[in-house]
Amino acid sequence: MVTIKELPQEEYLLKGHAACAGCGPSIALRLLFKALGKNVILVVPACCTSIIQGPYPYTSIGVPLQNILFESTAAAASGIVAALQQKKLEGVTVVGWAGDGGTVDIGIQALSGAAERETDFIYICYDNEAYGNTGMQRSGATPYGAWTTTTPTGKRERKKNMPFIMAAHRIPYVATACPSYPIDFVNKLKKAKEIRGTKYIHILAPCPTGWRYTTEKTVELGKLAVQTGLWALYEIEYGKFKLNSPSDRLVDKAKRKPVKEYLALQGRFRNLTEEDIAKIQKWVDEDWERYRKLASNYLL
Amino acid sequence: MAKVIIDTANHIAGYGAKAARVQVVPAYPITPQTTIVEKIAEFVEKGEMDAEYIRVESEHSAMVACIGAAAAGVRAFTATSAHGLALMHEALHWASGSRLPIVMAVVNRAMGPGWNIWPDFSDSLSQRDTGWIQFYCADNQEVFDTIIQAYKLCENEEVFLPAMVCLEGFILSHTYMPVKIPDQREIDDFLPPYNSGWILDVDRPYSHANLVSPDFYMEFRYMIQEAMESAKQLIPRIDKEYGERFGFEYGGLIEKYQCEDADLVLVTMGTMGSEAKITVDNLRRDGLKVGSARVRVYRPFPREEIQKLAEQVQMIATIDRHISFGMEGFLATEIQASLYNRGDLPLVAGFIAGLGGRDVTFKTIEKIAKKSLKWMREGGVEKITEWVDLKE
Ligand SMILES: Cc1ncc(C[n+]2csc(CCOP(=O)(O)OP(=O)(O)O)c2C)c(N)n1
Ligand code: SF4
Ligand SMILES: [Mg+2]
Repeated sequence: MVTIKELPQEEYLLKGHAACAGCGPSIALRLLFKALGKNVILVVPACCTSIIQGPYPYTSIGVPLQNILFESTAAAASGIVAALQQKKLEGVTVVGWAGDGGTVDIGIQALSGAAERETDFIYICYDNEAYGNTGMQRSGATPYGAWTTTTPTGKRERKKNMPFIMAAHRIPYVATACPSYPIDFVNKLKKAKEIRGTKYIHILAPCPTGWRYTTEKTVELGKLAVQTGLWALYEIEYGKFKLNSPSDRLVDKAKRKPVKEYLALQGRFRNLTEEDIAKIQKWVDEDWERYRKLASNYLL
Repeated sequence: MAKVIIDTANHIAGYGAKAARVQVVPAYPITPQTTIVEKIAEFVEKGEMDAEYIRVESEHSAMVACIGAAAAGVRAFTATSAHGLALMHEALHWASGSRLPIVMAVVNRAMGPGWNIWPDFSDSLSQRDTGWIQFYCADNQEVFDTIIQAYKLCENEEVFLPAMVCLEGFILSHTYMPVKIPDQREIDDFLPPYNSGWILDVDRPYSHANLVSPDFYMEFRYMIQEAMESAKQLIPRIDKEYGERFGFEYGGLIEKYQCEDADLVLVTMGTMGSEAKITVDNLRRDGLKVGSARVRVYRPFPREEIQKLAEQVQMIATIDRHISFGMEGFLATEIQASLYNRGDLPLVAGFIAGLGGRDVTFKTIEKIAKKSLKWMREGGVEKITEWVDLKE
């Protein structure tokens, strides 16, 4: 367990990168390197990070990075892992770093295959709940009611529960995270690094450009997502579900903030009716009933 | 010790991958390719081959895993056919654009619908513009030899491009023939360990294949074109060296047979080239001056060799196991394109034959040759594209 003071000074997300101001995913990317150090090979599909890293002949990433096709992160990682095994090269962590579209939609097949094959790598989905690179179209991870450019009056369907889909693959480690809780994320990465097999971490990463809020509120929004219970921080280690701080204190509904506090700060939810908000609140409460049962020793 | 084995071209392709000391094999089944990756699985599981075998969930992932493996510094191999190859399309561009020397066996099969598992070149020819070198084989020995030659070529620093080694489904893939497998030490001597232009290395942290603006993109494409031109120079040299060492040589880019004094040359690819040789022998016995030119390497296209050939002959007949809808067969197009602007041209007629596995024997080719000779004597082709054995 590290503390914030123990995080290394080294930076591998370099100055001058091309993310929007207030970008949640790039905070997470910076933390990723603080947790794993320089012996990382990063695999990145088409996504905002294709832009954030900067164009040839420059790069804002201080580790070797293989850019790859949109749906192919886990397949490319599989090839790299196999090559490292063939070369008997130890001590290098292969990390897939993909958006929600590249994970829950177009990349789910390759990811599912790699997980089923027990590929030894860390896969991170940074979830800004839309296709950011192409200008904010809806994805399978876009939440109910959210405006996107392809759901101009709000999405009609609910968000796909990707961490549970990954847990159904019986991989050794599944976790959720949020850059507003950096130490939680860093510790999860450090733990993942020590486990053999496929490790999946799903980060809810606020995106001012897509969520329609002002750039200084990124950390606050991440916190509100967790405090309202819309996003729970948990780990599923070898099938065992565990809530992490501060989510572990939110099982009691009275401790959770109303979802409205989170929704009201974002332009993308401007069209929600009171009924919609009530519906979302009900779904969150149902999710927590499930978390409560899972946390009291129900194996997933 | 060299040995002779009798086996199918697919199994022989597996032996080729083994002899090339391939290190990562992402594999996915499709008829008629499947027995290649089955053979390799057997080699790996029996410990006869030191490779990582990845049982991927699609051909798209197979090609991307090859890209990952080659980028991380090992020799990668896979095999596919038809729909599997089509599914890889996007990744084929990524492999060549990344300048990774991956070799893939393509067992040629028709594209659906309806489902047709029989030989047809439409699958690999549809990938013509992906930046892959394309070899086409005429027998099982050539399949083995070409896999070894392909790695030698692709890993040359003047090239650094991927290559397809194409062989027709069933006609070769499932047909037993004797093949000489050279001594492994001699192969190792011919083909040294993996060489690529770059690798993913934590001590040299570069971003590979990142965003490239119009300021640079064109130059990268030009470099691929230059690499193709280099490959054109190197292929005959590698073929010759291989021949000197192991006894099998294929004429480099084009295998020519009885072309020296020919009036008519039949231009084919793959096993139709073997049939065409029989046709040539038969027609020569009747005093007809016919020759055969089998295009062994379709990309880079042997433009200069075709031009030289055209200077000696009165007529060229192309036989395509392929159709580019709305135009003609690719061989017909490319040969005419190679000759344009050159004065005193031979006649060119294009024949479409053997689609979806319809048999093309020396007799079929004899019909084509006789019709061509008739047009040649008349001084003009009646039809630019003729479909052979088409039912009414
Ligand atoms: C096969 C394919 N289809 C579509 C695209 C266009 N495309 C590039 S990035 C992207 C969206 C990425 O969304 P996500 O994975 O959520 O990452 P984000 O951009 O939000 O970081 C799309 C649709 C592509 N590159 N490849
Ligand atoms: S669109 Fe959102 S995720 Fe993408 S760079 Fe901008 S803030 Fe970051
Ligand atoms: Mg996204």
